[in-house]
Amino acid sequence: MRLGLAAAAVFAATAATAADRLGDVEKGAAIFAQQCRSCHEIGEGARNRVGPQLNGIFDRKAGTAAGATYSRNMVRMGSDGLHWTLATLDAYLANPRALVSGTRMSFRGLQDPADRADVIAFLREYSAMPQNIPESAPTARKTPPGIDPAVLDIKGDAEYGEYLAQECTTCHQRDGSDRGIPSITGWPEEDFVIAMHSYKVDLRPHPVMQMMAKRLSDEEIAALAAYFGTLD
Amino acid sequence: MGLNRRVFLGTMSAAAAALSAPRVLGQARPRVVVIGGGCGGATLSRYLAKDSAGAIDVTLIEAQRSYNTCFFGNLYIGGFWRIEDTAFGYAKLATDYGVNVVHEFAVGVDRDAKVVTTGSGATFGYDRLVVAPGIDFKEGSVPGWDLSAQDAMPHAYKGGTQVQLLKAQIAAMPQGGVFAMVAPPNPYRCPPGPYERVCMVAHLLKQSNPTAKILIADPKESFSKQGLFEEAWERHYPGMITRIGPDMGGKAVEVRPDTMEIVIDGEAQEVDVCNVIPAMRAGNIAAIAGLTNEAGWVPVDPATMATRADGAVFALGDSTQQGDMPKSGFSANSQAKVAANVIRGQLTGSRIFPAKYSNTCWSLLAPEDGVKVGASYEPTPEKIASVESFVSQKGEDADLRRRTYEESLGWYAGITADMFG
Ligand SMILES: Cc1cc2nc3c(=O)[nH]c(=O)nc-3n(C[C@H](O)[C@H](O)[C@H](O)COP(=O)(O)OP(=O)(O)OC[C@H]3O[C@@H](n4cnc5c(N)ncnc54)[C@H](O)[C@@H]3O)c2cc1C
Repeated sequence: MRLGLAAAAVFAATAATAADRLGDVEKGAAIFAQQCRSCHEIGEGARNRVGPQLNGIFDRKAGTAAGATYSRNMVRMGSDGLHWTLATLDAYLANPRALVSGTRMSFRGLQDPADRADVIAFLREYSAMPQNIPESAPTARKTPPGIDPAVLDIKGDAEYGEYLAQECTTCHQRDGSDRGIPSITGWPEEDFVIAMHSYKVDLRPHPVMQMMAKRLSDEEIAALAAYFGTLD
Repeated sequence: MGLNRRVFLGTMSAAAAALSAPRVLGQARPRVVVIGGGCGGATLSRYLAKDSAGAIDVTLIEAQRSYNTCFFGNLYIGGFWRIEDTAFGYAKLATDYGVNVVHEFAVGVDRDAKVVTTGSGATFGYDRLVVAPGIDFKEGSVPGWDLSAQDAMPHAYKGGTQVQLLKAQIAAMPQGGVFAMVAPPNPYRCPPGPYERVCMVAHLLKQSNPTAKILIADPKESFSKQGLFEEAWERHYPGMITRIGPDMGGKAVEVRPDTMEIVIDGEAQEVDVCNVIPAMRAGNIAAIAGLTNEAGWVPVDPATMATRADGAVFALGDSTQQGDMPKSGFSANSQAKVAANVIRGQLTGSRIFPAKYSNTCWSLLAPEDGVKVGASYEPTPEKIASVESFVSQKGEDADLRRRTYEESLGWYAGITADMFG
C-alpha cells in the first residue's frame, strides 16, 4: 500500500479514534445485566418486555422494533430521522430524556463515558449489520475477530487488482452514489481489506458480497487493495 | 474526503495510465469489431477502448440508436419505472472512450477474409470479432405464432416498444378479463423474467382490475425462484394466478392471434391479452456467421469466451452456450470483462488474468418486496461451472425484502453506467 507519510499519520489517527470509541464488551455485559436487563432482552430469542428487545439496535430507526411499546415522542423522533448510531446511543444513554423528551424509559442515565462505551460495545455484539462501507458509524470496529493480521501486510499486484475491480462496478456505482448499494469510492485501503475478509468469514452479512469475497484469495484481496493505491 | 482516502473507482492518474499503456504488437493498430451493443457488446467495447487507451481500434456495430434495457421492463409494466429511464444512447462510448459507433445492421460475416458487412454495404475488417447479438426466436416453437403476430400477441422479450405495447394492452383489458402468458422452454433469456412479469401484471391488475385472471401455460416442470414466486402469488395476489405445467397441457400450446385464442390441451379459450414468449436461439447474425450449433447457440471456450468455431471470433451473453451461467444482463457484462482482458492481451501483449464470472438477478414480487438469486462461476475445460450460489429465502422479513429491492435499483444504475459510461 502506498500511503504517503502524512496520509498514514492521518489514517492512524482516525483509526485510533474509532477504536477508542468502542468499549469493553465484557464490562458492558456486566453493566447491562445490572442496569438494563430488568426491562430489555438481547440475544437469541430476545422478546420485547417493558422495553424493546435490543437485537439489531444499531442503525434501527428509533421507535420501530416490531411489537414494542413506545412513547409517542420516540416514534415521532424516529419518523423525523433519529437512528441508533454510536453517537445517538451514547447521547441517549447519557441522558435519555435529554435526547427524547417524554421517553418511556425511566432511567437516569450512565454518567461515565467509559461505562456507556462498554454498554454500546456489548450491544453492538448483537447488531452486526453494518449498512455502510467502509466500516463506519454506526457499527465501526477496527479489526474484526477471526482475521489474521498478516493478511494486511501482503503486497498486492496492482494490475491484477485493476482487472479484479472490474467485477465490482456491475453493481457499485462509479459516481459514488450509494442508492440501494453502498458506495465504494473513497475507501481507505486497509478498511477495504478488512471488509473483504469480514465478508469472507461471514462476519459481515450479505450473500452477494460473502460469495464474491470467498472466491478471492488473500493475494487477490491484496491485489485489489494495491490497485486502489494507484488511484487518485 | 480526508488525505487518507483514495478514490477506489475514479479516473486513473495520468502517470498510472502511462505506466500501464499497452505495447502494440505488429505495426498496424489492431482492429476489433463488435456486433451488438447490449449488455455484452457495450460493456466489452467500453472496457477494451478504455483499457487499451487508444491502442486498439474498436468499432461497435449496433442496429439501434437507443438501447432499451429488458431489465426493469417488468418494473415499467408494474408502474415502478418509467420507460424513458430504460433507454440509453451510445454517445459517451464514442466521445469519452473513442469507440467508433456504427448504427447499422450487420448482415454478413466473412470469417476467412475477416470482414463484417452491414446493411448499407459498408465493410469492416477485423483482427478480432465479438458477436453479442442477444436472442432471436425459434420459428414455429409456438404453433400459430410468428413475428407477424407480435402486435396482436406481443413477446415483450426485447426492450422498448414491445413492452409498451404489452402494458397498453393490459390497461385496455375488460374488467374480469384474462391475461395469458405462454412461457418459454429452457434455455432462455432471464430465467426469472416471465415470473417476475406475472407479479408485475398482477400488481397492476390488483389495483385497476381486481377480478381479472392470469393464466400461465408453461412447458417447464419447474422454474427459477419457483418457491419464492409461488409464495408471493399466494400472498399478494391470491386466487388471481393459475399456472398450467407440462403435465396439464402447458407444453403443447397453440395460439390464434386473429381470434385471440389460446389452445391448451386441445381446448380453445378466448383471452384478452396474450404474451407469447417463444423458444429462443442466438441472434440471427451468429448463425449467418456460422458460429451456432444445432440448438441454435454459440458454443464458447469457458476460459476466454472465444467461439469454439473460430479463435478470432468471440461471443458474449445470451447468444452463447457456455455452461451454467443464466442468460442475464449481469452474466453478459461479466463475460464481456473476461473477453476484453483476453482480446487486449492477444492484440497488445497486456497481461491475461484468469477468468472469473458472476451473476445476480433481482426480481420484484410486489411493492418493496424484492428477492435475488446469484452465483459465482469459474471455467472448467467443458463449461463455465457454478462454484457457489445463493437465493433469497421464503418468509424473509419485510425490511430485508425492501433492502433487496433497493439493491436492485443500485444495481441498475451500476450496470448501465458500466455499459454505457
Ligand atoms: C423481461 C426481462 C427482464 C430481465 N431482467 C433482467 C435482470 O433483472 N437482470 C439481468 O441481469 N438480466 C435481465 N434480463 C436479461 C437481459 O436483458 C439479457 O440477458 C441481456 O440483455 C443480454 O445481453 P446481450 O448483450 O447478450 O444481448 P442484448 O442486450 O439483447 O444486446 C444485443 C444487441 O445487439 C443488437 N443486434 C442484434 N443483432 C444485430 C445485428 N445483426 N447488427 C447490429 N446490431 C445487432 C441489438 O439491437 C441489441 O442492442 C431480462 C430480460 C427480460 C426480457
